[in-house]
Amino acid sequence: MRALLGGHKMSIKLRIWRNNQFSGWQPNLWDLFFLLIVFVFFVALAWAATQMTSPYKVGEAIPIHLSIRYLPRYALLTVLRMAVAVFFSLLFTFSMGALAAKNKHAERVLIPLVDILQSIPVLGFLSITVVAFIYLFPNSLLGPESAAIFAIFTSQAWNMFLGFYQSLKTLPHDLREASAMLKLSGWQRFWKVEVPFAMPSLIWNTMMSLSASWFFIVAAEAITVNKQTILLPGIGSYISVAISQMNKPAVLYSILAMLVVIFLYDQLIFRPLIVWSERFKSEESLDGKKAKSVFTYFLHKTRFMAVIGNFFYVLFDEFVNLRSFTRAKQLSYSAPKKTKSFSIFVFIWYAFISLLGLAFVIFLLQYIFKTLSMHELMHVLLFGVYTSLRIVVLLIICSVVWVPIGVWIGLRPRATQIVQPIAQFCASFPAYLLFPVVVMLIIRFHLNIQIWTTPLMILGTQWYILFNVIAGASALPKDLVYATKNFEVKGWLWWKRFIFPGIFPYLITGAITAAGGAWNASIVAEYVNWGHTTLIASGLGAYITQVTNLGDFPRIALGLSVMCFYVLIFNRLVWQPLYNLAEKRFSTE
Amino acid sequence: MNEIKKNLIEIKNVKKVFKKDIQQDLLVLENVNFNLREGEIVALLGRSGSGKSTLLRVIAGLIESSAGQVLFRGQPVTEPAQGISMVFQHFALMPWLTVLQNVELGLEAIGVPRKERRQRALKAIDTIGLDGFESAFPKELSGGMRQRVGIARALVVNPDVLLMDEPFSALDVLTADNLRNDLLDLWQQEENKNNSILLVTHNIEEAIFLADRVIVFDSNPGTVRSILKVDISHPRDDTSPEFRSLVNRIYKLMTSVKGKEETEAISVIDLGYRFPDAGVSELLGLAEMLADEETDKSNLAYIADELALDIDDLLSLTEVLDILHFAKQADGEIILTEAGKQFAEADILQRKKIFAAHLLMYVPLVKLIHRVLYENANHRESKRYFIGELEDYLSNEDAGRVLRVVIEWGRYAELFAYDDNSGELNLENPE
Repeated sequence: MRALLGGHKMSIKLRIWRNNQFSGWQPNLWDLFFLLIVFVFFVALAWAATQMTSPYKVGEAIPIHLSIRYLPRYALLTVLRMAVAVFFSLLFTFSMGALAAKNKHAERVLIPLVDILQSIPVLGFLSITVVAFIYLFPNSLLGPESAAIFAIFTSQAWNMFLGFYQSLKTLPHDLREASAMLKLSGWQRFWKVEVPFAMPSLIWNTMMSLSASWFFIVAAEAITVNKQTILLPGIGSYISVAISQMNKPAVLYSILAMLVVIFLYDQLIFRPLIVWSERFKSEESLDGKKAKSVFTYFLHKTRFMAVIGNFFYVLFDEFVNLRSFTRAKQLSYSAPKKTKSFSIFVFIWYAFISLLGLAFVIFLLQYIFKTLSMHELMHVLLFGVYTSLRIVVLLIICSVVWVPIGVWIGLRPRATQIVQPIAQFCASFPAYLLFPVVVMLIIRFHLNIQIWTTPLMILGTQWYILFNVIAGASALPKDLVYATKNFEVKGWLWWKRFIFPGIFPYLITGAITAAGGAWNASIVAEYVNWGHTTLIASGLGAYITQVTNLGDFPRIALGLSVMCFYVLIFNRLVWQPLYNLAEKRFSTE
Repeated sequence: MNEIKKNLIEIKNVKKVFKKDIQQDLLVLENVNFNLREGEIVALLGRSGSGKSTLLRVIAGLIESSAGQVLFRGQPVTEPAQGISMVFQHFALMPWLTVLQNVELGLEAIGVPRKERRQRALKAIDTIGLDGFESAFPKELSGGMRQRVGIARALVVNPDVLLMDEPFSALDVLTADNLRNDLLDLWQQEENKNNSILLVTHNIEEAIFLADRVIVFDSNPGTVRSILKVDISHPRDDTSPEFRSLVNRIYKLMTSVKGKEETEAISVIDLGYRFPDAGVSELLGLAEMLADEETDKSNLAYIADELALDIDDLLSLTEVLDILHFAKQADGEIILTEAGKQFAEADILQRKKIFAAHLLMYVPLVKLIHRVLYENANHRESKRYFIGELEDYLSNEDAGRVLRVVIEWGRYAELFAYDDNSGELNLENPE
């Protein structure tokens, strides 16, 4: 206390702690290596930026070369687009996620809204926004570029937003109280308490989001406006052209390029981030295995870089403790007193939102039914039934396949470590790359198009079932594993009484994610082409893809609305009850 | 010691009501009055659910009181005030900050410049004996060390008042002992003589060991039962006669019924009685111990010591034995009744029968459940129905908890069965 600390005459001992442990400023060899990386990074960034803002008129064809020499620069452009999209996704996540978590009036609007947005496939956003973006940046490639980036953004942001919001909502009560007692301002609390708490889930969700972006990369980069296609230079367009020209080596090259890119950003960005985020977890992981990163290991060997790192740390510190923010926003911990003008404001807010919603629905209905008949609606609803059927059957098949494998892996910690990154890559593998295989197989063996294009739909998302089953199996209490062994519980009894109940909540979580993704993926999976061969299965996804290619806006609106409708119905009637059951009945707490 | 000290904190007629729903309120604190003077350590002692933690949060400015006032140096407290720090039961450290950064956090909040921040934090860390752990993360530390960080974090801002919310209850006995001693040492230094501590605890011995005054808190609603001065010089020896007699006095206070401290009446309860958590096996265990001829001691302080139970757990059990007419408690003592002795000495099946009979006779809620199940055509009723009945008396949370406790008793006594899946009580024998 005041007297206590002031009264100590003893001088402060000189001490050294990890952060400040430099023997000097002189760069070592490792520094050279890292400086090189940073340098290359900035040069590449500058080059790509000039590419993206070069002049362009709609109608001009941008040549896409299938020579392997062009792949590195295409990869670079694609990565840059994704990076920009991630940046905006983070911005959206931090601002809107925090708003939804802290303001219940905003929460009541934002959460259902994102729920709906989540169910709209990438193509839907693209077809609507591309015109606006081209209008916004006339005579520049920036227009279509923005549209593509926006499309990528939509495949990332919702998931990250929801994860961040969830984390903020579950911030432990005593940490809240502690930050109030320490008199942290709202700004400081956000950066020092809330963001760190959400960090592990944010990193995980960003990784998942990037996988989704890769999956839809072709749809995002090969944009269709008014029946003509703009191919933005990038891996997505490369794949698109390779498929239409039936160039098999090029398809293989693009797979290779993706592998390299995903490997690189996993090593250079996500591994280090995961290692770093270990500190944000409140407890040491139970099985004692720690995430490792080669990059981080080398980074620790640098000297000059450490100084730079410390500089950024101080900078962040100043940013968090900015005077104007910390003083102005002295938020009181107790709920704000409700004044009259405040409640009027709230009333206006809800009135405004409901009017807006109503106006939108009326406009949408009018727009759709001005040109389309009830008959068409029935038709599209029927397509929805086909697609639903596919998804349900696929989920069942995937569960049958992946549950035993996942359980086997999950019960063996070493196998888990090996399989996790492989599955991560598989999740980002775009369905387009399998088009040639699927088309050739279907034509060669005269297979039924309605059935055999379907597996493409679950290609990207089945892995979430596997991830979650692995997580579930490895979370099974070791005592129970031993107990079942001890009582010789085996075979079917073992599955029925131990494994299924134990992993059920995880399986449901995985299935929900997989189903959500499958709806989005149907736009790719039900409309398959290879050269001039186009195979179309009847379904909602194929419908949306076809009408988008035609630029038929009323039908696009109809297709998207029906898809939203189905996704929401499924969520309410199937997933929500199942999830509640899993929470209540089968959680091991 | 006799000089008159100023009041640092004045608590005046504080009342706290939690809104349950539109029609009903839950009274948690009523008419609480006391002062915290400069340089004294006051312990707020009460059973769990007595509202003492709520009171601490009202004083901290974390919760607003429904009526009355808390004054800190004459100013009303409405939000966390400069000069009041808090130490939490479960430490509440930021897991992503090092020890040093955790301690610095409070200084950052009040805008202390970087350099000074670091110096002050290092000094506080020294003082509390965390030297060498500056760069460690909380998860690398043991519970005791974590609580030291919590204390350093609270002290570094030079508070006048330190609020402590059961700060030692999450620690093992030895660690807690050690930390209590260190805290006292710190407090007995000359520089600290004007700073005060308000400590919430349910551990009687801890209260007497540390405090200059002990405020015994009553529950339902929480209010000050009595204030005892502890006139034992430090270091206090918990085996000394003065210490023991004070322990016994507080046990007596806490076990006797408010208003009729001298009578020996066994409690009679109504339907909405807020039963404490008392498991069947614990009840049986205590009855057996009391029936054991070798332990003729019926002194509660002695029993608590022997069973290593804290007062909260022990009093929960004695209260229920009392209600079931298996034991009589008064004046810090407990004696088995004839029925209680039979219960303790019977075999398993016999025990269940005796338990069932007493439940039906003395617990109105069991009576109600039994009657409803008999009268219903299919002999079933959902749990929600009974929670609804209880909610006329209790908060939603308490209603659920009380029903859970009573269902366990009923199942043990084989008076009724319960199916967790359907949430239904029934009269059938389980398959």
